[in-house]
Amino acid sequence: MSDWFNKTAFEIREAVAQGDVSAREVTTSFLDRIEAVDGAVGAYTQLWNDDALAQADAVDAKVKAGEALGALAGVPISLKELICTTSGETTCSSRILNGFQSPYNATVTKKLLAADAIVLGKVNMDEFAMGSSTENSAIQKTANPWKLSCVPGGSSGGSAASVASATSALSFGSDTGGSIRQPAAFCGCVGLKPTYGRVSRYGLVAFASSLDQIGPLSKDVRDAALALNVITGKDPLDATSADLPAEDFTQALTGDVKGLKIGLPKEYFVDALSSEVRTMVEASIEVLKAQGAEFVEISLPHTDYAVAVYYIVAPAEASANLARFDGVRYGFRHPDAKNVAELYVKTKTEGYGKEVQRRIMLGTYVLSSGYYDAYYLKAQKVRTLIKQDFDEAFKQCDVILTPTAPAPAFTMGEKSSDPLEMYLNDIFTISANLAGIPGISLPCGLSESGLPVGLQLLGKAFDEATLLRTAHCYEANAGISLGTPPIA
Amino acid sequence: MEFEAVIGMEVHVQLNCKSKVFCGCSTNFHAPPNTNVCSVCLGMPGAMPVLNREMVTKSVAVGLALDCTISRWSKMDRKNYFYPDQSKNYQISQYDLPINHDGFLDIEVDGKSKRIGITRAHMEEDTARNTHTLGGGHSGVDFNRCGLPLLEIVTEPDIRSADEAFAFLTELKQILQYLGVSDCNMEEGALRAEANISIRPKGTEPFGTKTEVKNVASFSGTYKAIEYEIARQTQVLNEGGKVIQETRGWDDDRGVTFSQRAKESAHDYRYFPEPDLVPIVVDEAWEKSIHELQPELPAPRRARMVADYGLSVYDAGVLTQTRAMADYFEATTALAPDAKKVANWITGDLQALISNAEGDIRVIKITPTQLAAMINLIEDGTISGKIAKEVLVDMFQSGDDPKAIIEAKGLVQISDTGELEQRIAAVLATHPAQVEEFRSGKEKVIGFLVGQVMKATQGKANPKMVNEILRKQLSN
Repeated sequence: MSDWFNKTAFEIREAVAQGDVSAREVTTSFLDRIEAVDGAVGAYTQLWNDDALAQADAVDAKVKAGEALGALAGVPISLKELICTTSGETTCSSRILNGFQSPYNATVTKKLLAADAIVLGKVNMDEFAMGSSTENSAIQKTANPWKLSCVPGGSSGGSAASVASATSALSFGSDTGGSIRQPAAFCGCVGLKPTYGRVSRYGLVAFASSLDQIGPLSKDVRDAALALNVITGKDPLDATSADLPAEDFTQALTGDVKGLKIGLPKEYFVDALSSEVRTMVEASIEVLKAQGAEFVEISLPHTDYAVAVYYIVAPAEASANLARFDGVRYGFRHPDAKNVAELYVKTKTEGYGKEVQRRIMLGTYVLSSGYYDAYYLKAQKVRTLIKQDFDEAFKQCDVILTPTAPAPAFTMGEKSSDPLEMYLNDIFTISANLAGIPGISLPCGLSESGLPVGLQLLGKAFDEATLLRTAHCYEANAGISLGTPPIA
Repeated sequence: MEFEAVIGMEVHVQLNCKSKVFCGCSTNFHAPPNTNVCSVCLGMPGAMPVLNREMVTKSVAVGLALDCTISRWSKMDRKNYFYPDQSKNYQISQYDLPINHDGFLDIEVDGKSKRIGITRAHMEEDTARNTHTLGGGHSGVDFNRCGLPLLEIVTEPDIRSADEAFAFLTELKQILQYLGVSDCNMEEGALRAEANISIRPKGTEPFGTKTEVKNVASFSGTYKAIEYEIARQTQVLNEGGKVIQETRGWDDDRGVTFSQRAKESAHDYRYFPEPDLVPIVVDEAWEKSIHELQPELPAPRRARMVADYGLSVYDAGVLTQTRAMADYFEATTALAPDAKKVANWITGDLQALISNAEGDIRVIKITPTQLAAMINLIEDGTISGKIAKEVLVDMFQSGDDPKAIIEAKGLVQISDTGELEQRIAAVLATHPAQVEEFRSGKEKVIGFLVGQVMKATQGKANPKMVNEILRKQLSN
């Protein structure tokens, strides 16, 4: 058997623990798969074959010795380029961090290693997580495994493409405005953005600190729950991480949604939504209805402002977060600078791509004296209103159901010349980040052109259990199994 | 025209916490360059700050001592600017919600009390130290100092003279030392004072254009810099010129301030709330627990010393200069009741011994109990005050009990009337000329005769008794 790459993380963990297969065999299966298809997909930016096999051997030794195994024992995973690892580089797919080796492991990296996961390597992203197509990577292009001429979404496009093309069983990305959910939708996998504070951000190279959250991309909902079990928890190194009792999220997957109230926000079923996506999302409502869920129409009245608020708050924070990349201590340093000021300007001008420069300038502008009140402060106020919208809505329902993105994956280059058009890809995902609530995208079918379409569920803060239960029930009853795309 | 100075101070105090503000690194910045550093204070990608609780406690202690209102809810902010003395190109500070605000400090100048308003005292991180002496066109950055806990105390523009500024800084430093929150070493930058100075025609309200004097390494330097700056601005205005708003440095050797850079009035730090940190909540219980641990502060202690021990204001001032000395005094006088004498011994001989040895009253060998015992030995006539001075030197060096020293060295005072009468008679017998002089009315010569008796007894004779017996024998 060599098609272990087609198995879920849960299945692999079981098989390894039972001794049905060695972690080395599983890992080799994935490495062969990468060899076979990643040349076309381009998900991986770094491959750590030798390290991965060594980790696999360590797991096999544990199995042999009868030692306790971690929750992801033998499961081959990949990490987005912005999660710090002492192995290899942490580049954020940016020229400015070309060759950068982190002196420490992110808390999530540590937890994954402690859970005996096998890290195969790192995967591509939009530079510093700024983008919705992974076209802003300074390293390489990544294709959508379902149609290689299309984008995989972004910014965690490498993660989604990798899981969809079965080159990793799980991938860990980050979601600032939809960066896990939208690529998951485009590539036909499951993408979970946990509640802000659920997962430590220590070692996640920050884009927008008040919005960023690490989460898993997986083949199914159960794997998402399993992955969340591993990475969650209070971290003394992250002051914004939440101190909550440990939960086993796989226990939440009861299959039962009877009496569950699901809200349909009228502001999300609008003209911008393609009719194809609308039809498929509406079909998913019927699936859950049949299982006993009740649907209510709700209103999130400030939805229209979400994109505008996001493109003030996120760039503002980014303008400070990215200030440290200046060529002084690490990363790319322009060789021709004659003084400090020149070092900053030349390093940043050559080190960053256009989109990153655009957002830094945008963020610097909205924080400037004289503009702060009109932009940043106003945006923060509206952000509070958006959060209140959800507080109100969740008085009427337990979960909210929406499309993940207005349309399926688009063609490479189609939107890269128009930033605004690109930004609108995130209209359905951004609000969850602004409100700090959890969201999950899962496949609800293929479009006529053979591209996956994503369904989004949003939950109450720290109620991932209900969110995962609903998603799992849909998945189990929708009869949609996209399988692994033929990559050609 | 007669001008009046308007001065506000900004004082940066390094708080002596064990670890840096946002990471676990040691605060010892004397270590070899860049050894007390980690991913957080080096601003490595992905690293995040976590606020040091001790920093909050010590900041609130200062706030309470300065009669500030303690914010129940405050936050940290990012202050953005590009400079290689920072690892992140922003400094984590407090902007619109400082932890302490609206306090005051009373100072005394020429016997008159004056209240200086404290606008705020906020928490921030110190910057790295840049060195430009490496050569080869390179500058060095030492991040050991980056992230040290710093409290910035800002006053209202209530100060009117260099004397008031000096008194303010002295009182503030004393308070910080009493609280034990900073060693206040100015040479090492643990205390950095900046003065904002402007002048205006006396009796008018509007402020003049101010200059900011930075990088002064001592209080006396600050004093001189303010004096200089007031004179300079007065001259500029009297000559019809205009004061330029700028930052000025202080050249201690030449005794002048000099222009460092024109203040970019448009310098925009783009402050915004630090999203990596949660709000700082100091509830009543926490504030109370800090309040309960506050020591008695210098001003009330001075007043109490005057009231309780009958000391002069001057002596009380000297004795309360440091908390350690005041504690030493009170411990001593608890066992040796003549407070004035105790004060004299401590501020006189003992202080001189400590100064000469470059010592510190907190670690000297003489305990208050021993000092009290020595003073009591004078009182009961066992030793003379003169001998006591020798005994004190011995105690200072050996740490031995005064009684043991006196016995070992045979320094016990001769107070035996019979013995003294004999010794004195012998002295008078060998100095008939002086005896004659005395009897003819030259009473001053008695000093000489006392000296001869003391010499004959190696200083051990009880001086009071010597005087009495001498006079008696001379009048015979």
